[in-house]
Amino acid sequence: MGFLEVEDLKVYFPIKGGLFNRTLGNIKAVDGVSFSIEQGKTYGLVGESGSGKTTTGRAIIGLNDITSGKVLFEGKDLTSKKSKTASVRKDIQMIFQDPYSSLNPKKRVLDIVAEPIRNFEKLSKQEEKKRVQELLEMVGLSPESILKYPHEFSGGQRQRIGVARAIALKPKLIIADEPVSALDVSVQAQVLNFMQDIQKELNLTYLFISHDLGVVKHMCDEIGIMYKGRYVEQGTKQDIFENPQHIYTKRLVAAIPDIDPRHRAEQKQFREDVQREYEQSYNDYFDSEGLAYGLQSVSDTHLVALPEKG
Amino acid sequence: MSEKLLEIKNLKTSFRIKDDYYAAVDDVTLTLNKNEVLGIVGESGSGKSALAFSVMGLHNRAKIEGNILFKDQDIANISPAKLNKLRGDDMAMIFQDPLTALNPLMIVGDQISETLLLHKKNMSQKQRKDRVISLLDQVGIPYPEHVYNQFPHELSGGMRQRVIIAIAIANQPELLIADEPTTALDVTIQAQILDLIKDLKDDMNTGIILITHDLGVVAEMADRVAVMYAGQIVEIADVHTLFENPLHPYTRSLLNSVPNTQEGQDKLHVIQGIVPSLSKLPREGCRFAARMPWIDESVHEENPVLHEIKPGHFVRCTCHKHFYFPDESKEDSNHGVS
Ligand SMILES: Nc1ncnc2c1ncn2[C@@H]1O[C@H](COP(=O)(O)OP(=O)(O)OP(=O)(O)O)[C@@H](O)[C@H]1O
Ligand SMILES: Nc1ncnc2c1ncn2[C@@H]1O[C@H](COP(=O)(O)OP(=O)(O)OP(=O)(O)O)[C@@H](O)[C@H]1O
Ligand SMILES: [Mg+2]
Ligand SMILES: [Mg+2]
Repeated sequence: MGFLEVEDLKVYFPIKGGLFNRTLGNIKAVDGVSFSIEQGKTYGLVGESGSGKTTTGRAIIGLNDITSGKVLFEGKDLTSKKSKTASVRKDIQMIFQDPYSSLNPKKRVLDIVAEPIRNFEKLSKQEEKKRVQELLEMVGLSPESILKYPHEFSGGQRQRIGVARAIALKPKLIIADEPVSALDVSVQAQVLNFMQDIQKELNLTYLFISHDLGVVKHMCDEIGIMYKGRYVEQGTKQDIFENPQHIYTKRLVAAIPDIDPRHRAEQKQFREDVQREYEQSYNDYFDSEGLAYGLQSVSDTHLVALPEKG
Repeated sequence: MSEKLLEIKNLKTSFRIKDDYYAAVDDVTLTLNKNEVLGIVGESGSGKSALAFSVMGLHNRAKIEGNILFKDQDIANISPAKLNKLRGDDMAMIFQDPLTALNPLMIVGDQISETLLLHKKNMSQKQRKDRVISLLDQVGIPYPEHVYNQFPHELSGGMRQRVIIAIAIANQPELLIADEPTTALDVTIQAQILDLIKDLKDDMNTGIILITHDLGVVAEMADRVAVMYAGQIVEIADVHTLFENPLHPYTRSLLNSVPNTQEGQDKLHVIQGIVPSLSKLPREGCRFAARMPWIDESVHEENPVLHEIKPGHFVRCTCHKHFYFPDESKEDSNHGVS
């Protein structure tokens, strides 16, 4: 039994319109996604804008209703009404994309970080303050910070406040949605290092959503690649970066900017070759609606969306 | 032959905070040639956008000193009407924040069309509409005919960003300032936009200032790179030199904090401390000194200036000769990306 198991998850949003605002159809934001994560590991979710990454994360944590499928966390089915219990919600937390807008500017750091604690535990003012100060120390902020407001911190520090809030209830799983996209590289490095440190310390599991493949490669053990609500490929970091099989993954990997300017011409050539392959073999990899096929395994760890043989 | 397009001389852009002015861009001198991409990198708050806004004449309450010569005309000191005519026509900007740059009450097609009207007065309405749709298509927007009639709030963040790009390139400007043009976009769209910017340069000889915190983008796009720290240029060199032989401690630290896509490394380098806010910036001595406290203070110049190390490669302060990372020995401290 896995730590987190997502089975054939579907999340559809109705498209409304017409005379009586009827449902005209569905946006299949997540359309049959399955994966599992082992405890203590980091699983990366990558894909183009609008491919359903955030929706998947929000569905796991219960912020989006699930159309069908299952989410099993430590064997408990989160989708069945019964287990929507407080203790499970406490174990899963989310770090949001934007450190500038995800913290309420009118609240002091104390109130921001204490909010989840207040929802789940009854602590005295004194106990609460002490707990928040410990958390801030863990994320490398001074205990005096509790009386400050978000605008008094830099972007990296603000993201740490978000992390302090996310770990306040000692969760087991953190869903990190683009946690460093808005940060410049040096601050980004600070937040990534820190996430790795607390992962070891607290045996945390991460579902790490990002469009930056350099960051994903640095952080993740396993990676799933999404395209229009479906998986096109899944594998270990090595499978995805050294041996990509699906044409969309190849295109994604080829698009990563190379930090060495000497490789410019080579990189351009490579990208053009991949683009040509993409155009030529598009019909082998996508069905008549332009959607990915079901996953077939190509090795113990590596799954690729290919048409069924025969 | 390189032909000068933009020349910035001793630019100082100051903002008023309470009763005093504080320089966010502090004595910057730069040139940009036609058909050249100049990358500008630097920490958040180092003055990159303030520099870009100064060139475009878009600051309304800042004090601007120095000269900005665009094709030999000083645009730091011309009338707003003249500047308005240059903007969106000869020079254009892609803004970091797409929401503030679009009119929320106007469909995007009309916003792009309006820009075209500035330049190509003799286009028919039909021609203009076709051109707008082809621009939307070029920036990778699916269903351009449909998006033409949509309002900004109906588009995702990445799509709005691409509309801004379409507006900026609509008139094939001679000078394009792109401020974090692809930060909100996924890599495949990013690659497409960068190609588009390259085409503009190749086809129209456009000079481009590319501001970004993505060093990979700089490595792929720029001919020369300027590194800013605390309002000043601390290093400037051609792109190969900058990545292979970076000298300034800030440049080297920055390169070290990028997750390496080639091989796994354990810990990323973190620059100690934070960028001070504008009113607390150190104005004397080496501005980066406080971020490298393990280095002996005596190695800094009293008034650091840019030194030309090799033709075209400038570095501020002499401290780079004595810099090493805290976790490495002093001997093998000199290497870049390789
Ligand atoms: N509440 C909603 N109502 C209707 N459609 C929605 C809603 N939330 C998401 N969608 C749609 O679902 C699809 C997937 O969106 P999602 O935010 O999951 O993408 P993403 O992969 O996180 O993209 P990005 O990289 O841009 O953040 C998109 O087409 C989006 O427009
Ligand atoms: N209108 C303004 N009034 C006062 N201070 C300002 C104003 N605009 C910018 N600043 C300050 O000037 C400094 C430089 O800001 P700028 O926006 O140029 O940074 P940047 O290098 O573009 O950063 P980023 O990478 O985050 O975009 C910062 O300290 C900023 O707070
Ligand atoms: Mg998202
Ligand atoms: Mg900026």
